[in-house]
Amino acid sequence: MSTAKTASGAEKALRTGPSSWMVAPALAFFLIFAIVPLILAAVLSFTKWDGINPPAWTGLGNWTRTLSDPVTFQSLWLSFKVIIVSWLVQTPLSLLVGVFTAGRQRYRAVLAALYFLPLILSSAAIGIAFKSLLDPNFGLSKAFGIPALAQDWLGNPELVFYVVVFVIAWQFVPFHSLLYQAGTRQIPASFYEAAELDGASRVQQFVHITLPQLRYTIVTSSTLMVVGSLTYFDVVYILTQGGPGYATRLLPLDMYLTGFASSDMGDASVLAMLLVVIGLLLAVGLTKLTGFSRMTSQQEGA
Amino acid sequence: MATTLQERRRAVSAAERGRAGRGRRVRPNYLAGLGGFVWLAIIIVPIYYIVITSVGQQSDFYTGNPLLPSSNPTLDSYQAVLDNDFFLYLANSLVVTVASVVVTVGISLMAAYAIVRSRARVVRLTFSLFLLGLAIPLQATIIPLYYMIGQAHLYDTLLALILPSIAFAIPITVLILVNFIRDIPGELFESMRVDGASHWRMFLSLIIPLSRPAIATVTLYNALNVWNGFLFPLVLTQSPDKRVLPLALWTFQGQFTINVPAILAAVVLSTLPIFVLYVLGRRQLVAGLTAGFGK
Repeated sequence: MSTAKTASGAEKALRTGPSSWMVAPALAFFLIFAIVPLILAAVLSFTKWDGINPPAWTGLGNWTRTLSDPVTFQSLWLSFKVIIVSWLVQTPLSLLVGVFTAGRQRYRAVLAALYFLPLILSSAAIGIAFKSLLDPNFGLSKAFGIPALAQDWLGNPELVFYVVVFVIAWQFVPFHSLLYQAGTRQIPASFYEAAELDGASRVQQFVHITLPQLRYTIVTSSTLMVVGSLTYFDVVYILTQGGPGYATRLLPLDMYLTGFASSDMGDASVLAMLLVVIGLLLAVGLTKLTGFSRMTSQQEGA
Repeated sequence: MATTLQERRRAVSAAERGRAGRGRRVRPNYLAGLGGFVWLAIIIVPIYYIVITSVGQQSDFYTGNPLLPSSNPTLDSYQAVLDNDFFLYLANSLVVTVASVVVTVGISLMAAYAIVRSRARVVRLTFSLFLLGLAIPLQATIIPLYYMIGQAHLYDTLLALILPSIAFAIPITVLILVNFIRDIPGELFESMRVDGASHWRMFLSLIIPLSRPAIATVTLYNALNVWNGFLFPLVLTQSPDKRVLPLALWTFQGQFTINVPAILAAVVLSTLPIFVLYVLGRRQLVAGLTAGFGK
């Protein structure tokens, strides 16, 4: 009797698959240290808290103050500008580098190994290295004796935005070119052979085969890039601390500085909520717009 | 089992050969080559600058050309960094990275197995939640995390870094592993089921051995992220004896302000362990970086 019962129990377990408890540890970690903090951020946005004494309820005060603060709008505007300019800079570069390294020539394999080196450097390392390299008195300014290179790269409010975009591109293009390299290598060789027979030029092959075949990779990479752009923090923090003035105070940096430098955790939590909402809207919007889910389902079929 | 593995490998390498067929099409593309070397210069100059400066004399830094090798290279800067508790920071980074990665990969593997093989509603929902987690800018949780870690009396401990690192690594790790485990043929599970194997048995003797490449991938990927993490250490720790390497770099910069070679020597030393991993496991790392995000 008891054996029959366990047998049928086991049978059922096998039909329905492994025990749901197997997801429990991962789910617990994620709930406690990612979902609960998200909810808590919403709660803290209605409190006054200096980070040391207990938070005190203040109602909507933080929201009205933060949402009418010009610094918030400056940060939002800068973050949008970074998203757009970064995408315009990084996508063509990543695409070209990715397609280039997808080639099987030996010299390209060697170059690829070097191209990916920035991936292993920490943001702290990258920030510190570029800060030193871009110093107005040393580094790049002095190396070539070219006056155009002797700029106060990080101190000039006109320039600093583009310098930050460049350093971010330096850090992240290797990752995105990896995506494009993998995508390009998935394109069947027969497509190119057929085009070759038809006498298609290299540019024609790129435009009519490579680009359309990479459309899902473009979608994936762009989605990651746009959502990722919203969260650039460490490199910018080390390079400029948001300055000069407010010239590079992106939204995440504004949140950090408001919270931990000005000890205003309530206002910072409002900014955190803005980050979450914008991030989710961007992700959902891009998914709907571009059919990211179609891509994943296509992958499942592969 | 061994034969299946070999068959899989053969199939994979055959597929790779098929794709490699493109390499035969040789008509040198000079323009692409030229562009390739320009890009190389952009990537390499900063790295070259880091290395060349770190072995230069401190006194030469302000007078010489920063991009030319020093006439009398020295390892003094490295010595200075090593004498400044470098090994303590290294040990902290190792503890945080190893603990985070081992737990992340272990529990994500269990979750991924359940997600692929189970039809239970709660499992489906969990997977959807993880996918959603990929879209949330996790920096936004730093203030509440600071609050929670303080309430739990974990502020300024290594555990304060490990716990959220695990949570934030779970979504992408699960996604990569799910994509991989989905490709394990269902017949393998069937045949083990016929032999009366339990789900734990399948997990241990089927999932783990067959997923080894994916496990290597997520291990390297997460190790890289945790090792290089900056925001958590910046916010959740304070005392020098709890410092991890990226934060140590940041404080070195304040401490050695005018000793640029020492700061850059610290950059080199902090990257060295990951560089070794990169040299040894570049293939897995590269596979991992792309596996989670489609093909």
